[in-house]
Amino acid sequence: MASLKDMRVRIASTKATQKITKAMQMVAASKLRRAQSAAEAARPYAEKMDAVISNIASAAAGSPGGSPLLVGTGKNQVHLLLVCTGERGLSGAFNSAIVRLARERAYALMNQGKDVKFFCVGRKGYEQLRRTFEKQIIGNVELRSVRQLGFVNAEDIAKKVLALFAAGEFDVCTLFYSRFQSVISQVPTAQQVIPLEIPAPATAAAAKTSYEYEPEEDEILSGLLPRNLAVQIFRALLENNASFYGAQMTAMDNATRNAGEMIRKQTLIYNRTRQAMITKELIEIISGAEAV
Amino acid sequence: MATFHFDLVSPEKLAFSGEVDQVDVPGIEGDFGVLAGHAPVVAVIRPGILTIITGTTRQKVIVLGGLAEVSESGLTVLADVATSVEELDRAAFSSQIEEMEEKLKNGEPGHELDREIERLDHFKSIQTQLNSTAMH
Repeated sequence: MASLKDMRVRIASTKATQKITKAMQMVAASKLRRAQSAAEAARPYAEKMDAVISNIASAAAGSPGGSPLLVGTGKNQVHLLLVCTGERGLSGAFNSAIVRLARERAYALMNQGKDVKFFCVGRKGYEQLRRTFEKQIIGNVELRSVRQLGFVNAEDIAKKVLALFAAGEFDVCTLFYSRFQSVISQVPTAQQVIPLEIPAPATAAAAKTSYEYEPEEDEILSGLLPRNLAVQIFRALLENNASFYGAQMTAMDNATRNAGEMIRKQTLIYNRTRQAMITKELIEIISGAEAV
Repeated sequence: MATFHFDLVSPEKLAFSGEVDQVDVPGIEGDFGVLAGHAPVVAVIRPGILTIITGTTRQKVIVLGGLAEVSESGLTVLADVATSVEELDRAAFSSQIEEMEEKLKNGEPGHELDREIERLDHFKSIQTQLNSTAMH
């Protein structure tokens, strides 16, 4: 059995752990607030972008020779899964939930006889996917050194993906990230970005607006579509960031509570053992005195 | 004077939103002013200075490329970067121009280079405009 000193050391170390998890929870909470407002600030841009693109695209629909970013390459053979995860762990099931969704999709596609390739953003996803799909990973971006996520980070990733697309490396690209619903709920999401899925215009009236274009439609569209990819990736990164801190906050809250429970149990055993020893010593003294 | 709704959004934030009298937009094929009741138009914008006029106040915002959309609900500008003139870090801006110049020196001639040179010219014209307003 452990000595009293060992027990004291163990209680102290559990307390130290609890302090760390508590601090991490508070840091995550304050970072979450910032990440959340950044994600919300990016929403109007992305929404307007969607609206403008669907307007122009529906006007340009039917014209031959559309951009492959919009109409696809005409094939559906090679799929690229763009998996965005966090850079760090200690956030519950956040990273593994995204990876699991991507992996399930990959197996489903491979069963249909499609080729699957991966492009990883974030270290954690790369590490997890590397175990099973080492040879299929064609790109990896780490954002470890990035302090404040900026649009340039998303642009860099978009450029790499577009270069791969231009080189004919894949036909369909799907973006995987975790959508931030609330602090306790983050939903892993898959979104097809190449070719772009245009949602039907909300109202018939909106579709009828005839715009003048300056310069021509196709020219605007050819500039806009690559940009839209960057916007979608940026949105995914921001949502991911907010989700990450949400998940980490919940995970650290649980850890703090568990540590408290452990401390309670260990203190109980410690006190019991201490009292048992005192009693034993007393018995020894008394029986010693009686023997005299 | 009739007003209309104007939104200026960049990927990082909603830079302006409200009722305005007039907005002067630096379009890629020339500047144009938007007033209430403007015909629906979608235009690509070049790096330049966008002026928002409300009553007698004029607010200048530097936009580095993007897209302007006029519809019945008003004007929306999707800017790649939007910084108000007061907030702009001039030193950083001029060092950015120098960087671009440096890059262009080693550029391969072609369509890409032409575009970059055009972009640099827009940047330089912003800088001259900024410096000239500073002297007044």
